[in-house]
Amino acid sequence: MTKDECKKLVLHIIADIAPDEDLSNVKPDVRLRDQLQLDSMDFLDIVMELRKRHGIEVPEADYVQLASLDSCGEYLTPKFNALAKH
Amino acid sequence: MKDSRIVITGVGLTAPNGNTLAEFRGNLLTGVAGIERIEIRYMGPQLAGVCHFDPLKYQKKKEVRVGTRAGSISIYCAREALADSGVSVETLSKDRTGIYIGLTEHGNVETENEIYAISKFGYDTKYWSHYHNPRTVANNPAGEASLNLGITGPAYTIGAACAAGNMGLIHAAQMLRLGEVDFAICGGVSESIHTFGIFAGFKSQNALATHDVPHKASRPFDLARNGIVISEGGCLYTLERLEDAQKRGAKIYAEIAGYHVNSDASDYVLPNPVRQEECIRAAIRRAGLTPQDIHIVNTHATATPLGDIQECEGIRAVFGAGCPDTYINNTKSFIGHAMGAAGALELAGNLPSFDDLTVHPTINVVNLDPQCALPGLVLNHPRKVAKVDTILNNSFGMLGINSTLIVKRFVP
Repeated sequence: MTKDECKKLVLHIIADIAPDEDLSNVKPDVRLRDQLQLDSMDFLDIVMELRKRHGIEVPEADYVQLASLDSCGEYLTPKFNALAKH
Repeated sequence: MKDSRIVITGVGLTAPNGNTLAEFRGNLLTGVAGIERIEIRYMGPQLAGVCHFDPLKYQKKKEVRVGTRAGSISIYCAREALADSGVSVETLSKDRTGIYIGLTEHGNVETENEIYAISKFGYDTKYWSHYHNPRTVANNPAGEASLNLGITGPAYTIGAACAAGNMGLIHAAQMLRLGEVDFAICGGVSESIHTFGIFAGFKSQNALATHDVPHKASRPFDLARNGIVISEGGCLYTLERLEDAQKRGAKIYAEIAGYHVNSDASDYVLPNPVRQEECIRAAIRRAGLTPQDIHIVNTHATATPLGDIQECEGIRAVFGAGCPDTYINNTKSFIGHAMGAAGALELAGNLPSFDDLTVHPTINVVNLDPQCALPGLVLNHPRKVAKVDTILNNSFGMLGINSTLIVKRFVP
């Protein structure tokens, strides 16, 4: 999986948990909370959906890695690829 | 203030056969029921009363996703009641407004959903939603309404089984008289059709209605009645002290005349006609009225074989003789049993009688059970009457809680 593919998966999750948001112009290098109406419970939703849909675990200490789409790509892509190998 | 007259100035509702008072009333007068067959988890198709309001009229999609069905019903009804009252959300004194919502139960739906969800993951609780607690706290429906409206006064629910709809109004009247709030949004809601447990519980109790034709399934007082049709719904009112309502030139639907609440202290599920009679008599006495002064009695009857007979015993004892101007009806025959919303919805369905002098009937009675025969029972067709100045609304619930609320025509 590429980082762009990973970011798309994250955007799919955000589309479900923030259905009122326009996601067509999300800037990948800007914090998600600075451009979308997302609160701490929504971030827990992202963590939960990564777990449910993709079997990805994000420990609490790493939540900061989900701040932007770019940081999601950096952090999650190796996890997806590691899972794919198993 | 403790003796203030309390008046109803707005109504917002969603019922299985109507999403406004006008639509609901129209269907009660033309015999249009609102029962359908829906799929219930683990049980298959079951009869139920389903509401078809649009939650997105007043909520964002995210609010609907995060919140509960009871929360959506509360928000819809609260917003509709406010709009009907003529008070705008912007000008409402939000810290002086109370939200009091009666509930039969809350949290079953959300808990069942989570258990079902984790069953797909080997019952591993790390898949349990972080929204479970805010969704299942008992104040959830009132809390969601306060969030949506920005109301910062007291917002909580009142658990009173199926007597709860009346209790919302009674509690609001008390809080207005105590000066705790200046404006109240109150009544009852129910999301119970979304929990299989309620259906399965009534089925195990042999108290769940069956019928080939859904609209004919809820049939209180009929010889062939065979149980309850479970429904969702909501009805919230705006209540004010009379002087406040008059100051702003509000439309006044009715005045709270009297009420009473008591308990059977006799059984978990079986009603107690003696206590019900005591409740009815006490409400009439507290309203400064006599049984002869009551023009409409809206029964609680849910179409269980024994429950209907027992309520009729209590009503017969109070109104059985010497009350030629008292008419008796039932709303569950149209909409099923809306649980925590039942009392509030059933009162609303009768309020227009003050204006149109018509008593809506109880429908689906093919063969009247002789044990449910009551003088003044309005069967199958609406009845024009000479006078409607008072409406008495009964709502009773499990663990033996009884509530009677009387409203009267507003006369300045």
